[in-house]
Amino acid sequence: MGRYVVRRLLQMIPVFIGATLLIFLMVNVMGDPVAGLCGERQCDPATAAQLKREFGLDKPLWQQYATYMGNVFAGNFGTAFNGQPVTELMASAFPVTIRLTIVAVLFEIVIGIVLGVVTGLRRGRPVDTSVLVMTLVVISVPTFVTGLLLQLLFGVKWGWIKPSVSPAAAFGELIVPGLVLASVSLAYVTRLTRTSIAENRRSDYVRTAVAKGLPRHRVVTRHLLRNSLIPVVTFIGTDIGALMGGAIVTERIFNIHGVGYQLYQGILRQNTQTVVGFVTVLVLVFLVANLLVDLLYAVLDPRIRYA
Amino acid sequence: MSEKTIERPTTDEAALAKELEAEEKAAARQASLLRDGWADLRKRPLFILSALVIVCLLALAIAPSLFTARSPFSNGFCQLQNSMNGPGSGHLFGFDVQGCDIYTRTVYGTRNSIVVGVVTTIATTLIGGLLGMLAGLIGGWVDMLLSRITEVFSALPIIIGGLLIMSIWRTGDVWTVSFIMAILGWPQVFRIMRGEVISNKYNDYVMAARALGADSWRIAFRHILPNTLAPVIVITTMNLGVYISAEAALSYLGIGIQSPNISWGLMISDAQDRFLTSPHALLFPAGALSLTVLAFIMLGDVVRDAFDPKMR
Repeated sequence: MGRYVVRRLLQMIPVFIGATLLIFLMVNVMGDPVAGLCGERQCDPATAAQLKREFGLDKPLWQQYATYMGNVFAGNFGTAFNGQPVTELMASAFPVTIRLTIVAVLFEIVIGIVLGVVTGLRRGRPVDTSVLVMTLVVISVPTFVTGLLLQLLFGVKWGWIKPSVSPAAAFGELIVPGLVLASVSLAYVTRLTRTSIAENRRSDYVRTAVAKGLPRHRVVTRHLLRNSLIPVVTFIGTDIGALMGGAIVTERIFNIHGVGYQLYQGILRQNTQTVVGFVTVLVLVFLVANLLVDLLYAVLDPRIRYA
Repeated sequence: MSEKTIERPTTDEAALAKELEAEEKAAARQASLLRDGWADLRKRPLFILSALVIVCLLALAIAPSLFTARSPFSNGFCQLQNSMNGPGSGHLFGFDVQGCDIYTRTVYGTRNSIVVGVVTTIATTLIGGLLGMLAGLIGGWVDMLLSRITEVFSALPIIIGGLLIMSIWRTGDVWTVSFIMAILGWPQVFRIMRGEVISNKYNDYVMAARALGADSWRIAFRHILPNTLAPVIVITTMNLGVYISAEAALSYLGIGIQSPNISWGLMISDAQDRFLTSPHALLFPAGALSLTVLAFIMLGDVVRDAFDPKMR
């Protein structure tokens, strides 16, 4: 297992280098990194040249990339539009978004898997059909529409929650935003679990378990569920990247000051350093999440053993 | 094919003979995986339903002027005095904050949504399909290199990558948005295509073709490609709806399609500040968007059921 982890970590390195190179090239070659620094109007050429010298943008590209990577490893992501270091913004934003993502993933796991098991065991019955139709509707209605509707109903009409989340963003405040963020993935988790359960239900090991006289709930939770969860775990793991992306939309609706909010501000104010810094860290989070998924397999499926 | 005929109890001998004949005819038509899937597809009510909706949407996209007498690009289309007025006679969906007729704008917005969805899907299929086929067929270091490149591209989730690129380009027409989503979306098709090619490469029929002297091109395009198409078609149809939804999300964030181009996501974004007092400006474009995505997701679902019985 230890050797496998090391090998996977080593494999992550070229991908991380490639991804950062991609980000770097997009920003520095396709775009103009000093464009936003003079406000709404164009920089005059002298100022632009001065700024470029200041940020080292007049040096050759490979040298710029080396500086950028060096800064990433030193934890230096530059300054935001208001003069705050980007790392400070990250320190305040990431915990909020991580809490939001945790709430969303919990919704996916609890509601998604329960609904999936219930419908998978009752295929073709009314429960199954109605849940399937519901998942179709949830997938089709875009997150931002769901979010605005729930905000209107829960926050304004019925007054169950505060329509916007305070800067502290405690877990309690994040329940409805988390549900909104999770909604589409929740529907996918439900369908995936349903398919997986329905497929495995007819397998030999389930028949054996039933024949041994095990109680039904034990057959379902210990034998059927554990084997059916493998594709679901893959999905949830790769979904973390999508959730972080979706968080941009959810955070805008509920005014949550997380990663999405800071990214959005960075783009609005054309602050390249903020955007590049946050995206770089997000890519890293995404890669680590994928690694964790691979390791989780071993826990779920005893047939998979890593040398 | 044969399973279906076994299920059906046929007592009448004439009917049996007829059926046998039909089956022989079908076999003569070289019943392939794709043809089987298509035959199965046509019988499903959900397919007919979603296809009907999609045909209507295509009509709206191709000729929006047939469905509304006004044009959103004509002078005097927006009258500020009508700002945020609710639905009334002659203006089914009411007016937005600029006093523009929402019905007309929603009708004209169809084209951009559909074009982005279709163009992105075609582009991801071409890029991912071609590269995936190359990686699978050639193998070796080509496969290594292409697979690593794919991993790099899939490390950027579509919304985050789109955010990054759009923040640099800031052009916001249909083609830029499609291009960006295609650049970020192809790895998925690549993986499926590569896997399919590799699993088909060592099959007997490929050996047979090679033994008969077929060259590599012929084997690739006449033998392997047709056998890999079903999963690619499934993922492609399913993605159509996903891309349409992603375009709306990008436009909603102000980094997708930009005004004066019309986009449902943009209309929703504009309407959200006044959502509490006049929800109509948001609900109509949101409804159109949801219906469109629903139609394509439903289509993807039935196509998957028809072409890939394993995934049911």
